[in-house]
Amino acid sequence: MTSPDLLWLLAGAGVILVVASIIGGILRQRLSPNGENPVIENLNARITSWWVMVIMLGLAFIAGRAGVVLLFLLCSFAALREFLTLTTHSRADHWSLVGCFFVILPLQYWFLYIDWYGMYSIFVPVYAFLLLPILSALRGTTKDFLIRVSQTQWALMICVYCASHVPALLYLHIPGFEGRNVILIAYLIFIVQLSDVLQYVWGKLIGRTKIAPNLSPSKTWEGLIGGALSASAIGTALYWMTPFSLLQAAAICLMITTLGFFGGLVMSAIKRDRGVKDWGHLIAGHGGFIDRLDSVIFAAPIFFHVTRFFWSTT
Amino acid sequence: MTPDLRAFAARFMGQAISVFARFVTAPRAIWKGIEPVPRQRVYFANHTSNGDFVLIWTALPAPLRRQTRPVAALDYWLKSPLRAFIGREVFNAVLIDRRPDARTEDPVTQMVAALDQDASLIIFPEGQRNSSDTPLLPFKSGLYHLAKTRPAVDLVPVWIANLNRVMPKGEVIPVPLICTLTFGAPLHLSEGESKDAFLARATEALLACKPKAEGLE
Repeated sequence: MTSPDLLWLLAGAGVILVVASIIGGILRQRLSPNGENPVIENLNARITSWWVMVIMLGLAFIAGRAGVVLLFLLCSFAALREFLTLTTHSRADHWSLVGCFFVILPLQYWFLYIDWYGMYSIFVPVYAFLLLPILSALRGTTKDFLIRVSQTQWALMICVYCASHVPALLYLHIPGFEGRNVILIAYLIFIVQLSDVLQYVWGKLIGRTKIAPNLSPSKTWEGLIGGALSASAIGTALYWMTPFSLLQAAAICLMITTLGFFGGLVMSAIKRDRGVKDWGHLIAGHGGFIDRLDSVIFAAPIFFHVTRFFWSTT
Repeated sequence: MTPDLRAFAARFMGQAISVFARFVTAPRAIWKGIEPVPRQRVYFANHTSNGDFVLIWTALPAPLRRQTRPVAALDYWLKSPLRAFIGREVFNAVLIDRRPDARTEDPVTQMVAALDQDASLIIFPEGQRNSSDTPLLPFKSGLYHLAKTRPAVDLVPVWIANLNRVMPKGEVIPVPLICTLTFGAPLHLSEGESKDAFLARATEALLACKPKAEGLE
């Protein structure tokens, strides 16, 4: 599944990471030789984690369709585990939760793997939506029933359904773009994550006006506009490797970076409500899987459907 | 099986159980009041599930894990040959008899003997799994006797959060949810401190490790 364009993107990410690692190393030497500066330690932990993530993604791309589907299945599993840790559920929900992890999650990715669009595009919002509450109801506990079933459904929609739309990009049929669909995944992830990083950088440099001070003190209008515009500019410059024209690429990039930003905002609102800082702890420096993937999760389904509607023949 | 093969099987099984525990609960150790250094310790924790000591064992760094032995109920762990293998050989448990009238050995004497062989211990001072609505059942006196007999040993409170939701009593299949283990500051018996006062202080210290965030209780 490798193509020259994909190698360019991965190489680009590699160069950015080499530069970041060098800067991180110099900063540590100058300001935090014994690990006493938490900001610099966190920066270096983040860069190391980025290396791991880029390498994992690269390996999945080499392994082909099955590799990419499997990687996102595992990400969905980890994300769902983080999400359901924070939701309300009682003993009566035990079987519906077991069903989420061991039936719905693998089935969604199986339908995706065998390219059954008619099923994977409605499986969670229709079948899981209707069948799971039945399992909880059969156990007869009514306390917080609506809260419990709604939160479980929300967890599935975010962590399984929306996340599975990243590998779903492999199954679009775009005339003249055959065999290169993996670029769509790499492009989506690269632009959205770059926008996250640049929003942080712009926010630190000139950020003043907070967008939602109650939700996140670090999200500012300056950061959003600067980050989304600069990431979109880079994405637009890369239009030649996508099925989009220059203007189309610009519009798509603005769409996914904005969605990504607001995805992060929505997920922050949930964290605030639950009184936690991070969703998890498995990605050093970043927090949990949802902390890193929230923007991609929000951007993926709409990116998928817009591309499918305007460019794909299926 | 030859002894070598048994030892190998025990190590393999220990790793497999640990990997499974990680897959299901992604345990997160929070060293709030103490560092994970190789000192002799008695970890005392809340008890809601049979997986409790596996989780503490998994969360400890490997060198500490090797010297740490769970204290477990003999009547449960000798029920079948597989359990006996896991209890005795995989986890090297100190098996105590919970029935005062039937036992031949005193649990405190057994635990002190293990401490004298340089082992660290994992104990559950509630004495049984807590399925009530209160966060902790009243502590048994064993912890006090350990503190009195071996005053130099650190008594470390460990709050295990969420494992009761992973596998509620009576269920067979676990639900993957993240569990946290909060290690608090070590306790020692103060001079002249009574049994009740010490146990109350130990209970307070354990409750103080409980995370505040919802869903992590």
